[in-house]
Amino acid sequence: MPVTARLAERAGAIGLFGAALFNEPLIAAFNGAVAGIPALFLYVFGVWALLIALLAGLMIRAPAPPPDAVEPRDGEPRDGEPRNGDARSGGG
Amino acid sequence: MPAGWALFGVGVLYLMSLFAVAWWGERRAREGRSLLRYPAVYALSIAVYCTSWTFYGSVGRAAETGLGFLPIYLGPTLGFCLGWMAFRKILAVAKAQRITSIADFIAARYGKSQSLGAMVALIAVVGTVPYIALQLKAVTASVEAMTIETGAGLLGDTALGVAAVLAAFAVLFGARHIDATEHHEGVVVAIAFESAIKLVAFLAVGFFVVYGMYDGLADVFTRAAANPGLARLMTFEAARPGWVTLTVLAAAAIFCLPRQFQVTVVGCVDENHLRTATWAFPLYLLAINIFVLPIALAGLMEFPDGFVPPDTFVLALPLSQDATGLALLVFLGGLSASTAMVIMATIALGGMVCNDVVMPSLLRATPERLARMPDVTRLLLRIRRFAMVGVLALGYGYYRLLDGSYALVSIGLVSFAAAAQFAPVLLGAVFWRGGTRRGAMAGLAAGFVVWLYTLFLPSFTRDSGFEMALFGLEILNPYALGGVDLADPITHSLIWSWLANIGFFVGVSLFDRPSMIEKTQATLFVEALRHDEAQDTGYFSGAARYGALKALAERFVGPGPARRAFAAHARGRPLDDDAFADAPAVRMTERLIAGSIGAASARAAIASAVRREGASGQELLNLLDETTQVMEYSRQLEAKSRALEEATAELRAANRRLTELDRMKDEFLSTVSHELRTPLTSIRAFTELMRDEPEMSVIQREEFLDIVIRETERLTRLINQVLDIAKMESGRMQWRIETVDLRDIVRDATASARSLFVAPGATLEVALPDRPAMANVDRDRLYQVVVNLVSNARKFIPDAGGLVRVTLAAGARGVWEVSVADNGPGVAPDQRELVFDRFHQAATEGGNPTGTGLGLAISRMILDHLGGRIWVAETTQGGADFRFSVPAAA
Repeated sequence: MPVTARLAERAGAIGLFGAALFNEPLIAAFNGAVAGIPALFLYVFGVWALLIALLAGLMIRAPAPPPDAVEPRDGEPRDGEPRNGDARSGGG
Repeated sequence: MPAGWALFGVGVLYLMSLFAVAWWGERRAREGRSLLRYPAVYALSIAVYCTSWTFYGSVGRAAETGLGFLPIYLGPTLGFCLGWMAFRKILAVAKAQRITSIADFIAARYGKSQSLGAMVALIAVVGTVPYIALQLKAVTASVEAMTIETGAGLLGDTALGVAAVLAAFAVLFGARHIDATEHHEGVVVAIAFESAIKLVAFLAVGFFVVYGMYDGLADVFTRAAANPGLARLMTFEAARPGWVTLTVLAAAAIFCLPRQFQVTVVGCVDENHLRTATWAFPLYLLAINIFVLPIALAGLMEFPDGFVPPDTFVLALPLSQDATGLALLVFLGGLSASTAMVIMATIALGGMVCNDVVMPSLLRATPERLARMPDVTRLLLRIRRFAMVGVLALGYGYYRLLDGSYALVSIGLVSFAAAAQFAPVLLGAVFWRGGTRRGAMAGLAAGFVVWLYTLFLPSFTRDSGFEMALFGLEILNPYALGGVDLADPITHSLIWSWLANIGFFVGVSLFDRPSMIEKTQATLFVEALRHDEAQDTGYFSGAARYGALKALAERFVGPGPARRAFAAHARGRPLDDDAFADAPAVRMTERLIAGSIGAASARAAIASAVRREGASGQELLNLLDETTQVMEYSRQLEAKSRALEEATAELRAANRRLTELDRMKDEFLSTVSHELRTPLTSIRAFTELMRDEPEMSVIQREEFLDIVIRETERLTRLINQVLDIAKMESGRMQWRIETVDLRDIVRDATASARSLFVAPGATLEVALPDRPAMANVDRDRLYQVVVNLVSNARKFIPDAGGLVRVTLAAGARGVWEVSVADNGPGVAPDQRELVFDRFHQAATEGGNPTGTGLGLAISRMILDHLGGRIWVAETTQGGADFRFSVPAAA
């Protein structure tokens, strides 16, 4: 599953990046205010937004996974297991 | 200020709309337009993470620590990134093994152990109870804040009422059908709906405070900065205590909280939704947190005297501005945050208690009664509902016991720390093959005990000022074990409990000997993404009969689903109830039941059926015996068929040879008959001529008679040669091999052939060596060969000046070589081999071929027999040079 492995690696890298940015010493360096708004506030939410943007870019641009997306609970078609066809009717 | 009854009405109305949303969600699902297809719904359902702790408590914490509330939301963002692979693996395993809860997951990984499952379930219940209490407290507090004038008296016990309504909701929508892996669509849709409500409500109050009461963010911050006490909240100094701990704790919680596991893992209909959730969920967290600090600052500025608890600022601020409508919306947002969490947690815990605590005891205590019960699903549902109500009751009880001074966040963190105990075994489950059942149990137990002592128990006594230390020993101070003071109680507890947890987990696992099933499950979990087909172990074909399996499945999942599952498994083949089920069928049944009662219980149930119905030892031995015989038999068959194949090949080759010989014989016969007819025809023609013309002159007649005699001789020769060939081919030729001097043979043969050279001017020369040329040959046959070659040569040389030279000499490698060379037209290179074919006639210029066309063929056969060879040699000065060689006698 190379696609998943690569995704996991990159997501992990983003996580490490974020962990570094959200911790001392970097985070303690932001004091004072910019245009009335505390620099720390701007920094934390800015980094957070950046991480989310990176993640979204990573996940959206990743190659499309195999389409088993349509049916909910398309459980185990692999070895002829019951496909739980009653998952939806079970709601009644 | 809204009146109490109005508030009550709005609350009830909201909860009823929740019922409506759930009902709508289930209807859409029934119509095949499930809302769970949408990744956004999945992401929103994960936002059940944001409870009233987020909604009310964050502002409260921000009022004390500034940005110190944030790690709880940064943690999940980082956790999703760093734990992405873990999530993917957990999702894949959960799907393949039909995992129903976190207890089920951990139990399944460590050998489908019932005791481990029960342990996890109990820790989860104890750990979640404070969290549920927190929600009840928050709802009560919000009601009190709203009805500060009328008082709570009108509503009686708010918390009890809320708990009752939530219990009803959970029971109605959370225990509809027995298979916990099937999604309670209504609940998930309602949860997602509530996530949307709370976000909208919080953003609304944020905008109201920042842009209604103040002039935007900068205004709030600037005015707060004027106050030194508030300015402190805008620095990292205020947030530092516990910053790292809380981030780690929250990152773990996103995996380990039972309700998060429920919505993220069990509730995942499509593993690819995780991709969307990876960024959409953090985005949700960012949105719901962006106004927290401004609201807290505004609250602190608005209510500087401290009479209003910061936890209720979100309500108090709109109320202070007489924005009753907005306050109601906020109230509903808080209510939705609480109810969503309580519902999800109740469902998750109810399922766990039922599957991992009650069912195993029932299976063990009263297997007979259970076996007699035709349909266990009803019983299961009832147990599950009781468990849900029980969990809620525990939450309510804890709420009553809890002293009122606790801040919301502190209570929630107690729960987080309990859930964090699952993190080592959960991550170990998918990354470390070496983790064993005993290791997991030891680790969990150790971590849980430390948590209990350092965090849970002190929460009851904190208000009294009594620092509970066992035996009054400072070394056992629950907030400073070993007398070491570690920042805050949460950090302290987390460090010590994880130390114990991981230490025991790893240590015991390393010195443990895992059972077969533990090893198998470990491989399945760790290599979840590599193995497509999860091969379960432990069962062999013939362990149970189809009928028994079917009956078992019907009792645990109901007749309909069981029938469908078995029909799907049969794939059209008829399944005989009395026939032994194959291993995949047993596995399928186990997984089917696992969806309803959990992996560990399912294994126990199957094991009991297999024991009762399984093959006895003797049967197995017989089976083995039979198999051995069959194998032996098949080996013999193989050998036989190999021999047959060889024989067939030989026969085929022989047949081919025979066919070829037959064809050659036919060809030979037709050629021979043709050759015989030629002289006969001419004999007949000349004799007829002589008979029909009596006046023929004597000279003429003699001439004709000469021809007749010549043709007759030719005929005789031909027949003799054909007979020779036939004899030699059939091996009936009599050979008289003796050691002779080749010189004699050549001398005799040339002497007899010399008659041919008498009249015309042709010459025959013979060159013989001085010493004897001895060889083991048949004198007559070799003589025949020499005569044949010399007479052949004579035929092709001109009458005048023709020359034939016969030479006998020693050849290379111990052979005697005889050469018969002439000065005739020679043999074309491409003809040199063909001349030895039968009936090959060199085209002589004009006239009748005089030879039979068999002489050279016979010569070759003779020499082949004598171990020599015959060929036409290359010549440089024209003419033919026929040579043959025979081995010299030693």
